Amino acid sequence: MTTDNNTPENSAEKNEGAEMTTQVASSSLANISQAHNLGKRTPGTQALGAGLEARGVHAWFGKHHALANVSLDFSAGTVTALIGPSGCGKSTFIRTLNRMHEFIPSAAMAGEVLLDGKDVYAPGTDVTKIRLQIGMVFQKPNPFPSMTIGENVLSGLKLAQLKVENKDDLLEECLVRAGLWKEVKDRLGAHAGGLSGGQQQRLCIARSLAVKPKVLLMDEPCSALDPGSTLRIEDTINELSSSMTIIIVTHNMQQAARVSDYTAFFLSEGGPGQMIEVAPTSEIFSRPQDKRTENYVSGRFG
Amino acid sequence: MSTTLDAGHVPAPRELTTNPRTSDKIFRGVVTGFGMTALLILTLIGLFLSIRGIQTIHMQGFGFLTRSNWEVVQTDAGTTYNLGVGAMLLGTVLISIIALVIGVPLSVALALFLTFYAPARIKTFLVSVVDLMAAFPSVLYGLWGFFVLMPLATYWGKLLFKYLNWIPIFDAPQYFFERSPFIAGVVLAIMIIPIVTSVAREVFAQTPLDRIQAAYALGATKWGVIKTVVFPFGNSGLIGGAMLGLGRAFGETVAVYSVLNIVFKVNIHILYGSGGNVASMIIQKWGESTGGETTALLAAGFILFLLTLLVNLGANFIVRNTLKSGK
Repeated sequence: MTTDNNTPENSAEKNEGAEMTTQVASSSLANISQAHNLGKRTPGTQALGAGLEARGVHAWFGKHHALANVSLDFSAGTVTALIGPSGCGKSTFIRTLNRMHEFIPSAAMAGEVLLDGKDVYAPGTDVTKIRLQIGMVFQKPNPFPSMTIGENVLSGLKLAQLKVENKDDLLEECLVRAGLWKEVKDRLGAHAGGLSGGQQQRLCIARSLAVKPKVLLMDEPCSALDPGSTLRIEDTINELSSSMTIIIVTHNMQQAARVSDYTAFFLSEGGPGQMIEVAPTSEIFSRPQDKRTENYVSGRFG
Repeated sequence: MSTTLDAGHVPAPRELTTNPRTSDKIFRGVVTGFGMTALLILTLIGLFLSIRGIQTIHMQGFGFLTRSNWEVVQTDAGTTYNLGVGAMLLGTVLISIIALVIGVPLSVALALFLTFYAPARIKTFLVSVVDLMAAFPSVLYGLWGFFVLMPLATYWGKLLFKYLNWIPIFDAPQYFFERSPFIAGVVLAIMIIPIVTSVAREVFAQTPLDRIQAAYALGATKWGVIKTVVFPFGNSGLIGGAMLGLGRAFGETVAVYSVLNIVFKVNIHILYGSGGNVASMIIQKWGESTGGETTALLAAGFILFLLTLLVNLGANFIVRNTLKSGK
């Protein structure tokens, strides 16, 4: 009772606000459905990217149980947004998908992650090959400052010792797909540090694309960017979604509504983070099944 | 009670003063005193050596720096000196470069192992072992070098001569491979490992995590990460560390004196048992020197002092800039 400060007036106000948010979300969703023909993207119908499947994933940091029993299917060629308040395990979850989780000392996981039906944690797996297929874009743009723009884009090839027939074509293709080509085509030899934050982030996306991943993980890719750059990146995501599977963690619910086909809601209620609900994005924002999801997407907490 | 300020009037910044307590004043005095003492001693040494240096240059001319003979001739008319440190200066640089060529790669490998590969427990243990190496008295390195390393290194020298003698520095005018600059360089290499390793470790550990993760996320191997992220970030720090090692190698006396055959003759054949460095030359000549010769030894010391000071200043500058800029 002590924490309950929802006086009648107060909650009425909040409800009003919530309705507005829902309206905004669903109206923008309608637009996106038109633009991207959501209906066509049902699981398994398109041979785009590759499907990724998490089965009963748990994650620990030392003794701290951070994530419990998450099972999620990511169909090939879909965009899935992971939303939820801070500390609910979204980032931890996507880091288990490409095995970046294990870089943190004392980190542990249980469960399975299947890429095209094969467990990425199976004994004898070459982790570097997994990460080639499941690319990642981080929260903070992190280009290699000692390299030029062009070298940055192609750095993954060098790191993985992949051979390409025509590097210039690949370079252009990746930068075009990341929506950066026009801005940098005349200064590919310049150092990457001179780009703006938004440009750097798109450079990082281009860098991930160069090794032709089947899945792209994005961990709050716009959280350090201004609204203009954010929109550019969302355009990029929409472009890419036709050819790969994308999983994006975001704190921005409008963003989730704008870019994703499916949305999964994560929450930690004192204990480890859990996946509460997953559904087509329009349903999560208009008709959530779980009360807690409704509270979150309507802005009542978080 | 409000005062209106003239809009156009910009006041001069006020002087900020404080009146420290007596205890604070005393403490400040003591600390300042000791700090100044260190500076004073260094200045006095520099001054003393530079005066002797000027006297020697006056007596011997600038040939003192380039000549490689050391002759003191006593006749009835008096003593004539014909002194030069050219061979010794060259020897100092030569031996130090050998030490760097052998020592720096070893140190980098050791630092990489400690930073990226070693399990926590082994790491703590090895770090203290390496630190202990730095604290070892150099005479022990000299003795160990003479009794243990020299027989081995002489053999390595013979091998290098056998297969690589078409490269001038690996050639030798005579079949004499004991007590060569190469062996002195190997001993020095071991002596500079602790300092170079510790700087390298510090620089590597500062590599930004987001760049390391970026490389891993692109499917890089550990070696790939080190090559593309860690080295570009740390290379200027590494240069600084190597220069600190060079500073140590320049000044090393006892260890070099124990394993090197000191000959006043320019020798660039590193496997041939003839060489020298300024510090060990001073030790060798010191006991029996008098008059002008003593002054000349001090002048040689002054040159070494300048050389070491320059290298250390350069190294500090590079290391500090790297750590600060976080490039």
